[in-house]
Amino acid sequence: MKGVVAAFAAGLLFAVGLALGGMTQPAKVVGFLDFFGDWDASLAFVMGGAVLTHAGTRWLVLKRRAPLHLERFVLPTRTDIDPALIGGAALFGVGWALSGFCPAPGLVALPALSTEAWLFVGSMATAMVIFDRLRASRTAETA
Amino acid sequence: MTPIASTVGGVLIGLSTTMVLLTHGRIAGVSGIFAGALERPKEEGSWRLAFVAGLLVGGVVLSLLYPQAFVISHGHPTWTAVVGGAIVGVGVRLGSGCTSGHGVCGISRRSGRSLVATLTFIGTGALTVALLRLTGISS
Repeated sequence: MKGVVAAFAAGLLFAVGLALGGMTQPAKVVGFLDFFGDWDASLAFVMGGAVLTHAGTRWLVLKRRAPLHLERFVLPTRTDIDPALIGGAALFGVGWALSGFCPAPGLVALPALSTEAWLFVGSMATAMVIFDRLRASRTAETA
Repeated sequence: MTPIASTVGGVLIGLSTTMVLLTHGRIAGVSGIFAGALERPKEEGSWRLAFVAGLLVGGVVLSLLYPQAFVISHGHPTWTAVVGGAIVGVGVRLGSGCTSGHGVCGISRRSGRSLVATLTFIGTGALTVALLRLTGISS
């Protein structure tokens, strides 16, 4: 139960950070990506603030033997750079620039009831689930 | 440009991602958290569902207290939300992450994979905006 409350609180905090940072405004996202035009550097400050804070605090957490609500830390182990990583990231950048949204801001923006946020999240969720199902059935076939 | 608000926002995001690491021992990559909440909602005590609920409730409160955060003024036609959403959906699953997973958490842990991913999505994002401007789809 406590794990649920903690996760909820983290999501709430994340939402406030996104809104204050400007991530929930498509115009700010597009402005950040508008390197060759009218550049708005704001999101660089969001990323900078986030990375410095997370990098500056995660080492303390990792001194623990385990997290609070899971038996052990589960961190990514891959170090290879493969076509899926590049292709996926490339696609993500395109979709992000087209819509002005990425996953978290899209979700946070839903209650504000913009058509764009709802279309974005609906489309993204559908695509995610279909992609994951296709990928799972492909892996099952070759297994 | 909003350097102060954006930095403060970033700090809160950084704290939130460290919180997730502390409480649930995982990278706070929201694309993965959301996909997990959709596809395996009961897994690990439903913490992903709770995190997404936190995002949504945060959105409710913010829409009341800070509605200017949700202004839609980028001037793109509506189809970009649908097409963009679908492309993001595929991209984040194929590429194993998004701005929070690769950009914040990955770079913080000095992951070469995440640095490459982040530079890639910012790069294609910038090229896309340039193209959108050139074609008049974006103004």
